[in-house]
Amino acid sequence: MATTTQKGFTQSQFAIAMVFLIPSFIGFFGFFAWPALRGIYLSFTEYDMLRDPVWTGIDNYVNMFQDPIFLNSIGVTLEYVFLNIGIQTVLALLIAVLLHRFTRSIVIRGIILLPYLIANVIVALVWYWLCDYNLGLINSALDGLGIQRMGFFGNETLAMPTIAFVNVWRHVGYTALLIFAGLVAIPRDVYEAAEVDGAGEWRIFRSITLPLLRPVLAFVLVVTLVGSFQIYDTIAVTTEGGPVHATRAINVYIFQQAFEQRNFGYASAMAVILMIFLAFIAIAQNKLLKANENDLDR
Amino acid sequence: MSKLSEFINSKRRQVENEDSSALVKSPVARFFGLTALTLIILGTLFPLYWMLRTAFSTNKSMFSDATSLAPVDFTFGAIKRVLGLATTQEAIAEGGSGGQISFLHYMGNSLIVCTLIVVFQIGFGALAAYAFAILQWRGRDTVFAIFLVALMVPGIFTLLPNFLLVKELGLLNSYLGIALPAMFMAPFSVFFLRQFFLGINRSLIEAATIDGASHFRIFRVVAAPLVMPQILTLSILQFIFYWNDYLWPFLVGQSEDSKLLTVGLGIFRSQTPQGNPDWAGLMAGALIAAIPIIIIFLIFGRRIVGSIQSSGVK
Repeated sequence: MATTTQKGFTQSQFAIAMVFLIPSFIGFFGFFAWPALRGIYLSFTEYDMLRDPVWTGIDNYVNMFQDPIFLNSIGVTLEYVFLNIGIQTVLALLIAVLLHRFTRSIVIRGIILLPYLIANVIVALVWYWLCDYNLGLINSALDGLGIQRMGFFGNETLAMPTIAFVNVWRHVGYTALLIFAGLVAIPRDVYEAAEVDGAGEWRIFRSITLPLLRPVLAFVLVVTLVGSFQIYDTIAVTTEGGPVHATRAINVYIFQQAFEQRNFGYASAMAVILMIFLAFIAIAQNKLLKANENDLDR
Repeated sequence: MSKLSEFINSKRRQVENEDSSALVKSPVARFFGLTALTLIILGTLFPLYWMLRTAFSTNKSMFSDATSLAPVDFTFGAIKRVLGLATTQEAIAEGGSGGQISFLHYMGNSLIVCTLIVVFQIGFGALAAYAFAILQWRGRDTVFAIFLVALMVPGIFTLLPNFLLVKELGLLNSYLGIALPAMFMAPFSVFFLRQFFLGINRSLIEAATIDGASHFRIFRVVAAPLVMPQILTLSILQFIFYWNDYLWPFLVGQSEDSKLLTVGLGIFRSQTPQGNPDWAGLMAGALIAAIPIIIIFLIFGRRIVGSIQSSGVK
């Protein structure tokens, strides 16, 4: 060992590192890089999974922007993301502040997180049942109060907001916990000083909490926004894209094109566009994140 | 007695030091704040309670007592039915479809697949994390950065070609087909463990190297035991994640012998008649799928909350 030169030492660690990385390289090339390249290739073909793919150039990409259902799916997805992220972020901020200012109980934080640990499919079915038109608790209660029953999942206008709400219910606790962690990191004396100065709760929130929380909020938005665009499970087990196309979000449409219509090439092309779009968002948000360093550091 | 209160006080001080927050003191504000928290907790737990309540009711009672808070005609019928323990006649009499469903079997499938994924993914992930954190080699950080790109790519993009791959390997409708990509490919696990390997005191590793230990030995005897708590946390998080996963196992495991719980539940729902669904059965299935996660939550909740919080302050 002692006679090994510095260079030789480094080289031997390179060899060991490669051995340690064998399973991960298999994974990276076998289940990521190769499939990714294959997906890009297939996006330029027509492929039904039975016959060999036929090269069609950029046809899939051209057709996409003339396909009213695809264009609709973008609109529908944006509607979902806007409702889901908008409501979720505001509500999570409120819950985080409540957790921060009124309790120290980790049990309460655990309860708030619980829905996030339950499968999307289960959460979707529980709310599908609660919202059922004839027998569901919510409509039965509305009926009891003399209000007209509502087809939450069955009505074209209500379906997407309902799904957005269901996922807010599942994710809001997780988001609140991330924001809560940011709140805990704010030095305590800042609050004490503000209280000594006689600042009210709202003033403290607006002038201390919110500005100091900006980097955490930016991080939370990156995480939740990219996830939100990929909405699938909840729709798949409830409306399956309907009524008509009201909840046919982009991932739902990609899936249906690939496995129900057997337009695998077309589905791949849409997946490529989705990926480029999400990469764009992630990069833009990263820039924003860097520009918004914590005000304490200034 | 005084020992106990001393202990409690020291614990309390510890907690207060960890948490730099100042609690609101004004009684009026406290009243409104705590009321709001109570309402939020109720809103969080109530839908889960409603699942429980429905799972123990009969389908007939859904018509007569739609708003009763307690289970109506309390019964284990729906639970038995979806576990595959009721006869067809019993099932039909209770408003079930009479078709064969066995959530017990699906639960076994989920357990096998998730265990397979977690053991291999975290074993392989720890090896990779060691190579990225402890070993010194040229190009290390570049390779790691390329590796992390996979974390950013939306799932559906690789999901379509991965389906073709698993199909070509002849692994459709098998445990291995569902588990294989996740066993080998998990940038999140590598990323997560690398941080903790980086935190290991280098002098420990160097001392072991001077003693002539190989890196496999150092990994097994020194490094991995030091990050064992984080490995356990990661195992819990990943187990829950794959337990809840739906789209991939739905594509790859449709046969009765490979169906996971979420897939069984989704198919159960799509087969249930539009006009008159077997709500008690559906909620019983949902409850059975949720119970293992709720047990994990009751045992490891503190750990899970802690790990999610620490991901928020990075």
